[in-house]
Amino acid sequence: MADLASEFLGIKSPNPFWLASAPPTDKAYNVNRAFEAGWGGAVWKTLGEDPPIVNVSGPRYGALHSNERRVIGFNNIELITDRPLQVNLDEMRQVKRDWPDRALVASVMLPMNEPTWAKYVPMIEDTGADAFELNFGCPHGMSERGMGAAVGQVPEYIQMAAEWCKKHATIPVIVKLTPNVTNILPPARAAWEGGADGVSLINTINSIMRVDYDSLTMYPATDGMGSHGGYCGSAVKPIALHMVAEIARHAETSRIPISGIGGIGDWRDAVDFIALGASNVQVCTAAMIYGFKIIDDLTDGLSNFLDDKGISSVDGLVGKAVQSVTDWQYLNLNHVEKAVIDQELCIKCGRCHIVCEDTSHQAITHTVNGERRFEVIDEECVGCNLCVSVCPVDGCITMQPLTSGVDPRTGQAIDSNKADWTTHPNNPMRKETS
Amino acid sequence: MPDVKPRRLSDAEIAENFSDMHPPLSRAEALIEADRCYFCYDAPCTEACPTDIDIPGFIQKIRSDNINGAAHTILRENIMGGMCARVCPTEILCEEACVRMTHEEKPVRIGLLQRHATDPVFEEDVQLFTRGRETGKNVAVVGSGPAGLSCAHRLSMLGHNVVILNRDDKPGGLNEYGIAAYKTVNDFAQREAEWILSIGGIELRSGVALGDDFSLEQLREEYDAVFLAFGLGGTNRLNVANEDIDGVLNAVDYISQLRQADDKGDLPVGRNVVVIGGGMTAIDIAVQTKRLGSERVDIVYRRGPEQMGASQYEQEFAQTSGVHIQHWSQPKRLLVEDRVSGVEFERTTIDADGTLRSTGETWSLNADIVFKAVGQTANTHILGKLAKELRQQNGKLVVDDNRMTTLPDIWAGGDCIYGHDDLTVTAVQDGKIAAKAIDRYLAAGD
Ligand SMILES: Cc1cc2nc3c(=O)[nH]c(=O)nc-3n(C[C@H](O)[C@H](O)[C@H](O)COP(=O)(O)OP(=O)(O)OC[C@H]3O[C@@H](n4cnc5c(N)ncnc54)[C@H](O)[C@@H]3O)c2cc1C
Ligand SMILES: Cc1cc2nc3c(=O)[nH]c(=O)nc-3n(C[C@H](O)[C@H](O)[C@H](O)COP(=O)(O)O)c2cc1C
Ligand code: SF4
Repeated sequence: MADLASEFLGIKSPNPFWLASAPPTDKAYNVNRAFEAGWGGAVWKTLGEDPPIVNVSGPRYGALHSNERRVIGFNNIELITDRPLQVNLDEMRQVKRDWPDRALVASVMLPMNEPTWAKYVPMIEDTGADAFELNFGCPHGMSERGMGAAVGQVPEYIQMAAEWCKKHATIPVIVKLTPNVTNILPPARAAWEGGADGVSLINTINSIMRVDYDSLTMYPATDGMGSHGGYCGSAVKPIALHMVAEIARHAETSRIPISGIGGIGDWRDAVDFIALGASNVQVCTAAMIYGFKIIDDLTDGLSNFLDDKGISSVDGLVGKAVQSVTDWQYLNLNHVEKAVIDQELCIKCGRCHIVCEDTSHQAITHTVNGERRFEVIDEECVGCNLCVSVCPVDGCITMQPLTSGVDPRTGQAIDSNKADWTTHPNNPMRKETS
Repeated sequence: MPDVKPRRLSDAEIAENFSDMHPPLSRAEALIEADRCYFCYDAPCTEACPTDIDIPGFIQKIRSDNINGAAHTILRENIMGGMCARVCPTEILCEEACVRMTHEEKPVRIGLLQRHATDPVFEEDVQLFTRGRETGKNVAVVGSGPAGLSCAHRLSMLGHNVVILNRDDKPGGLNEYGIAAYKTVNDFAQREAEWILSIGGIELRSGVALGDDFSLEQLREEYDAVFLAFGLGGTNRLNVANEDIDGVLNAVDYISQLRQADDKGDLPVGRNVVVIGGGMTAIDIAVQTKRLGSERVDIVYRRGPEQMGASQYEQEFAQTSGVHIQHWSQPKRLLVEDRVSGVEFERTTIDADGTLRSTGETWSLNADIVFKAVGQTANTHILGKLAKELRQQNGKLVVDDNRMTTLPDIWAGGDCIYGHDDLTVTAVQDGKIAAKAIDRYLAAGD
């Protein structure tokens, strides 16, 4: 059995799955239940200055559903904790005392002046929390008060807040990054330069769910009006993965420890984040949709996966896929793949044909010798993977490399040497090769 | 002593036994089922539908909550999409072709989705079609079964005036008088017929019969074109002695009584019932008499299960309803005590050359009632003098691809034409095709 015990910034937890700062970690009652269920850690619902903020008493959440009403994407307009600071601190202290082996992280959002940080940071650390997480992410409500994403979008502010927190804390400081930026590297670098010990990402993405088709108002709405919220859940995972990988693969940020967040619902999602550079992961929406019990599959699935791969601990997986992420210009343009349809598995739905015919390269037949039959025409196939993506039968269409001979589409011999855009004759800015 | 009496079961039992055979899907079930559709290219299900309904197209509309759009997609190809959703043997049509059969042997439940899409149209009386600009042309339609109504509706959409001349008191044909009661509950056949007629431009004259009240020559004189859709009239005989004694009944006549009964409990029901035949009618009479309280019902068919007109699904349905099916036996003689008391059968076998022959071995069953369900014939004598000019085969009208007969202003469709497979859905298609051809014919005449 692989060892799931995790250490992030020196903080130990029995497994790498923490609950992200959000409603599941709003109070002791929830966090106790989460720890009973087996979660490795919890980032407490973001703390702020008293008096506490107030939430709307109408709908906070909206969902993007599949027809089976599976929640694919989720959005919220909840703010940080709406409970008095002292109530949270007392509960945190109690929880940490009752669960010494679990990670308990204090998420904070404070105004941009040092005295406030000087006042609150020691108070919060005194609960016994294992680390701080600075919430620079909240895309709604808090940013209008000059906090949350409003800070997170300005690298200088991030650095400043990180410095203040580090100055007054003795425990590690994590900066939680907002994805509502065009380039994630400057905020990550700013956090690191401000002395943060690590980053966590992503927080939620600016979003509007939809309109109400009867009233033609935004949905969900409070008394007829709505406001953009933060998007999360399965739908945001690819965006989060890209940002995690960017930090992990760029030299100037690659040393920064990462806690991966965004759309994690099962163990495979966790593998994605960890292999692309995260040391541990945090989960919010999946728990909000299915309850805490999903931790069973997360831990069990990850452990079985590591066993299958012969990897003895989570650390052994961290960053395994990072070196496979590069810029487009370095992809091997001599590599040729063709789609291959397994006729034994084919159920003859014809979707590969129609998508290739209408929107790609007219490379799949629909009739062969008068029979309904779908075959790839190698002379036309550009290897784009569209047919693989739409085929409803797992494993029926695969992409297979041509390793020798001639590519029937271009008529050119397969070249086993690598060649990329940087040296391609069509590239006006190509590097001359000798 | 024969044991035939009404009220073998309580009212509640009868109500339960004749309730909706396949209850409608809830919205949630429909959305989940719709999500199973792969949206195939050149979809095999559409190919398999005799009326060419764009099945993935309407399912896509169910998914997006565009129910009237879904209904329109269905009904524009098949105006009886509501009835067909209830009575089509989907297991040998669209659902058999569903690629999910290859994938997991569980097709998308197209019939139930079709019902989900169309039910609101009839419940809320949504009119999805409008009558075309008046052409001033007049067409006579003989019969108001699926073929006749389908033709009339399409002709009205194309702007022609239609008069339907119908022998029965109510429109709908076998939808009203023949289909098993549990397939079309709550007077659906009448609601559907009313909805079809409500497009306007169609006059329904009921209780008038071709051959008795008017002749085909008269129709040819009075109308610009004629569509014949009088279905099947006669029934085949067993050709055994005493066939006309008490207790030996035509299955279709009894079913018609059952469909028209105000109280099904009033119908006389035998304790032991023997059904002779192997088609859909045999299954329907057997199951319905069982559901009225017969203790023992046997279907006896002269060949094997593969040769039965009823599909394997229908045979299993009969068996799970408690009906016994006996193969390879044909009636030799009826046993008689005042009225019928049983049937003696002789076992049959097939010769090397494929002809059916008796083995000489006999056996018998007690019967309080014997139902004959050995096929129906078309009453082509009603065609009168013109019968000579209308080519026929096996007693049915021969038509071309456009459903035109051998007379240029007379079309025909449904059960009364040669080669028809005795399904509601193909009758609807015949009516649609004929209407389009009639429209072209009338336009050419201008
Ligand atoms: C017992 C039974 C069960 C069946 N179950 C199914 C089923 O589950 N699914 C399925 O798809 N199919 C089923 N069928 C077959 C289906 O009902 C027929 O194929 C279909 O109704 C044929 O339509 P039609 O318009 O040709 O004729 P019909 O429905 O028979 O209509 C004929 C019309 O012509 C009228 N008519 C007859 N003679 C004259 C005349 N001389 N003058 C004027 N009008 C006349 C009648 O009043 C009637 O309105 C069943 C048939 C039977 C007998
Ligand atoms: C209802 C809700 C409230 C949230 N509140 C906070 C918060 O107070 N502080 C914070 O740092 N992140 C907050 N988040 C963001 C989550 O912690 C997490 O970063 C984000 O939802 C992406 O992860 P997921 O896809 O697993 O949900 C909140 C998310 C949700 C859905
Ligand atoms: S890989 Fe792309 S181009 Fe090739 S067959 Fe599939 S869809 Fe067509």
